[in-house]
Amino acid sequence: MRDSGDIEELRPPPSPSAMPAGRTVATRVVSEGRPLPRPHAPDLARKAQLETTRGRLVIAAAGFAALFGAVGLKLAVATIIDPAEPKLRAAPRVPDGTPNIGRAAITDRNGEVLAVSLQVTELYANPQEINDPVEAADKLRSVLPGLDRERLIARISQRTVGDSDRPVQFAYIARNLPPRQQQAVNDLGIPGFHFRPAERRFYPQGRAAAHVLGQVDIDGHGIAGVEKHFDARLRGNHDPLRLSIDVRLQVALRDSVEKAIADFNGIGGAGVVMDVNTAEVLAMVSLPDFDAADPGGLQQRNAEAESDGPIRKVVARPAAPKPVHQDQDPHFNRATVGVYEPGSTFKLLTASMVLDAGAANIWSTFDARHPIRYGRFTISDYKGKNRVLVFPEVLAYSSNLGAAHMAQLMGPQRHREFMSRMGMLNRLQVELPEAARPLAPSANSWKEINTFTIAFGHGISVTPLHVITGISAVANGGILRQPTLVAQPDGAPREGTRVLSEKTSETMRKLMRLVVTDGSGKGAEVPGYFVGGKTGTAEKTTARGGYQKDKRIAAFVGAFPMNAPRYAIYVMVDEPKPNAKSHGYATAGWVAAPAAGAVIARIAPVLGMVPETERIAQIQQSISIPLQPGRPAGGKAPVAAAPQAATPAAPRANIPAAAMPATPAAPAQPVPVPPATLHPPALRRTEAPAPFRLAAVPDAMDEAGLASR
Amino acid sequence: MAISRADNSVLGRWWWTIDRWTLAALLALIGFGYVMMLAASPAVAERVIGSDARSLLLVKQVVFLALAASLMVIVSLLSPKGIRRFALVGCLVALALTAATLVIGFETKGARRWLNFPLLGTMQPSEFLKPCFAVVTAWLLSLGKEAGMARLAAGRPRDLGLLHPRLFWPGLALGLLAVIAVVLKSQPDFGMLMVVVSVFLAQSFVAGLNLVLVGFSALGGVGLAVGAYFILPHVRSRVDRFLDPAAGDTFQITKSMEAFGYGGLFGRGPGEGRVKNLIPDAHADFVFAVAGEEFGFIICALILLLFAFVVVRGLWRLMAEGDLFVVLAATGLLAQFGLQAFVNMASTLHLIPTKGMTLPFVSYGGSSVLAIAMGMGMLLALTRRRGPRLEGRE
Repeated sequence: MRDSGDIEELRPPPSPSAMPAGRTVATRVVSEGRPLPRPHAPDLARKAQLETTRGRLVIAAAGFAALFGAVGLKLAVATIIDPAEPKLRAAPRVPDGTPNIGRAAITDRNGEVLAVSLQVTELYANPQEINDPVEAADKLRSVLPGLDRERLIARISQRTVGDSDRPVQFAYIARNLPPRQQQAVNDLGIPGFHFRPAERRFYPQGRAAAHVLGQVDIDGHGIAGVEKHFDARLRGNHDPLRLSIDVRLQVALRDSVEKAIADFNGIGGAGVVMDVNTAEVLAMVSLPDFDAADPGGLQQRNAEAESDGPIRKVVARPAAPKPVHQDQDPHFNRATVGVYEPGSTFKLLTASMVLDAGAANIWSTFDARHPIRYGRFTISDYKGKNRVLVFPEVLAYSSNLGAAHMAQLMGPQRHREFMSRMGMLNRLQVELPEAARPLAPSANSWKEINTFTIAFGHGISVTPLHVITGISAVANGGILRQPTLVAQPDGAPREGTRVLSEKTSETMRKLMRLVVTDGSGKGAEVPGYFVGGKTGTAEKTTARGGYQKDKRIAAFVGAFPMNAPRYAIYVMVDEPKPNAKSHGYATAGWVAAPAAGAVIARIAPVLGMVPETERIAQIQQSISIPLQPGRPAGGKAPVAAAPQAATPAAPRANIPAAAMPATPAAPAQPVPVPPATLHPPALRRTEAPAPFRLAAVPDAMDEAGLASR
Repeated sequence: MAISRADNSVLGRWWWTIDRWTLAALLALIGFGYVMMLAASPAVAERVIGSDARSLLLVKQVVFLALAASLMVIVSLLSPKGIRRFALVGCLVALALTAATLVIGFETKGARRWLNFPLLGTMQPSEFLKPCFAVVTAWLLSLGKEAGMARLAAGRPRDLGLLHPRLFWPGLALGLLAVIAVVLKSQPDFGMLMVVVSVFLAQSFVAGLNLVLVGFSALGGVGLAVGAYFILPHVRSRVDRFLDPAAGDTFQITKSMEAFGYGGLFGRGPGEGRVKNLIPDAHADFVFAVAGEEFGFIICALILLLFAFVVVRGLWRLMAEGDLFVVLAATGLLAQFGLQAFVNMASTLHLIPTKGMTLPFVSYGGSSVLAIAMGMGMLLALTRRRGPRLEGRE
């Protein structure tokens, strides 16, 4: 028996029979009274036992060695000899400098960037990884002070999704983080805050073309304007989309319209500049407008109201903007959605119609002495002459009675057909989702009284873009083209529909010029540019259909230069009030015509047009028409309309604009006419995708999207 | 360590009698346990427990590993007799607690293996049962052998009384095994049961079990395995997936092999593993794959060699041991240690069907680490050099 303890090692080797300690076999043997074993017998048995054990141990050790050897072999196979290829996600792309932008840019016709997507960083939090939301929020706010503390804490606190027990693992903190702030957030070293790349739409021109461009939602999908119309194109094709807009004209037009609105204390206004030969919209403004970079002042609104953080939940947004009347809504595009009675500007269409149909000649006379009474309506003239007026006088003096009598010559059905042909009854095919249908009597309800009033632009409501499109066709030789916002290839003729004869168009150009030289449009005259056009003042209608005496739309539509029209212009002021300068008048002649003149004076040089100085008289003579032209000698049939009388209504042919020659009135006196394909030298036209020219990141980037989120 | 050979204190004698090579190997494995916790726990902790516990998991295991090292050394200070008593008490307590899991244990992943102690946290008592039972088995078997030898020496080899110590003690061990088997089967914990039975068989084998019986046992084992395949659906599914990887979901093992492949010879470097984030059980049963990915073949081979070294060298050294109890107990402890390491590494390497078993010291798990440390402490205590050499009998 062996003792444990201090003396263990000093004792003699334990007796074999004493193993294992405690209960000994020997004792039992003794106790059972059996003979004591011979000393050597247990030794022999023990030896035999140990031999067996050793043999077995060798086998066991060899077995384990074999097992571990197998593991080692397999390990070598798995790591070196035949390694399995892990299917890992691709390593993060190393930035090579090219921005990874999903949405194409939008440029103006000269390549100036109007809208561009830039790469920004989104900051989001995984609340699961944030142990102390309060501390994390306070740290984060030291870098992004615009964040609301309480809401930030709420957003980064651990919680579950709805009623489920699934934890929230994603919460937006800020959606547009510039690199410097990203670095600053990173430097805080708070776990649980992560970044991911995103892109944001920037509009470097601010308000300049806000309505045309429209806007994108927070996820970069177009929701208005060109952004919406071309949403698929902008996302699918990364080449910049080149619009027909010229941002220089856009800015000039906006300034002038804004000034006219301010001068006459109007509530709004609109303006369009169009290339008469291609129907490309070169500029289109609607005032009031909005900053495209901050549509609707959302950031401002969010700063004031408690919104639901960076993810703007539409349903939960507590400060939903109150619906504003369209007159005050800056998002309302007066040029394409606003439908207004065009007023006297439509007299140009009425005159074109009767001339083209041969129903009247320029020497035809119309009795404007007596008001027309039709049922309960009375048509009279504003500041009328109360005499018989010759054709040009009807336009120059803007006689409602004259125009009504003109249209009477055609009858309601042909009048409506003509209006339909001029596109005044249908929605325009412009590349904007915001394009309104005109309000016009249906075929059944278009009676003679409608013809009377529509002849001078009442009883029908169209958009300003309708008016300028129609007048472009009147001025350009008679070919109507759908307006477009996309830049057309240089010099390529654009498909159109002939709606008037060239002869009619030529006569109309003279009449339009006459209105500016001798009629109500004098304010639009810009020396050397031979402006022609027509004013139009219409009383605004109420929701119930009546007229509001003191609320007017004052508009001017015209084209220049009238000897070879290149550009059409439309300017409108909504609800102008008389001012001292206008001697108490707030009619188009006082309001819109001067504004149009100001626009022309400003944009014509930009368009590369030099005012004519030396041959003013010569040119003017070629495009002038007397107020009271006499019947040509010899009693010939009316020249203006006769050739076309046989086929008045059918659209004739698709004639390219470039093929249209400017017809001089008197061949004996050749008049210098600018070539139709002349391009202003200052225009930078680029066929290839224009390179982005962004001098600097807009200021809006710094704090944009952070405030209050 | 500057301890004089003449130092006669407890520590001094411990130092000069302990198997320092094995001790060093075991401490090295504990060191790898630390390293692998750093590598494997963050990914798993975040995914399984939440970020709050990211460092908690690590700290817990660091504490456990420190406790384990201390426990191993303390246990190794005991004498063989002390070990025997310790194991006997431990075996009974652990058996009682294991049985208690059936009543008061809480259920995780469909099994009741754990007890929740207030303040101490959770523990799996069957882990502690394993080494204790091995020592008790060794004791009972050696008792039987001693009795047999005594009988042989007495010249009555044919005496076959059933209650004779020669058969009584092994029979008692077998009965104990049966009880443990029933308890483990009820939990159920077939992995543990397999280890316990295998260790028992290994000890019987080394004790000199009749080769015919060895053959029967082997046949029985095969029969049980086949039976398990046909009776237990999850065993069948695992074997099927092992034999034909296309048969079912082999995500974990596929990722494990990818981790080894990604690691290659030198590994991706500490913390550079990427596949490890996809392995669900990276910190426990598949920690070897994480080692493979981050530290490569060389370190994995080193870990493997450490295990092999401890087991094979331990078994080899037992050949010089004259005490049958010591031989059997050490055999049992080594077999358990080696078997567990083998099953874990072989599973991870797709050498055998996956069987959840921890890699001693390296895998996460408090009970596992402490129990292994206890077992290795016993081994070190039993294999300390005793009498003969000190007394110049060699």
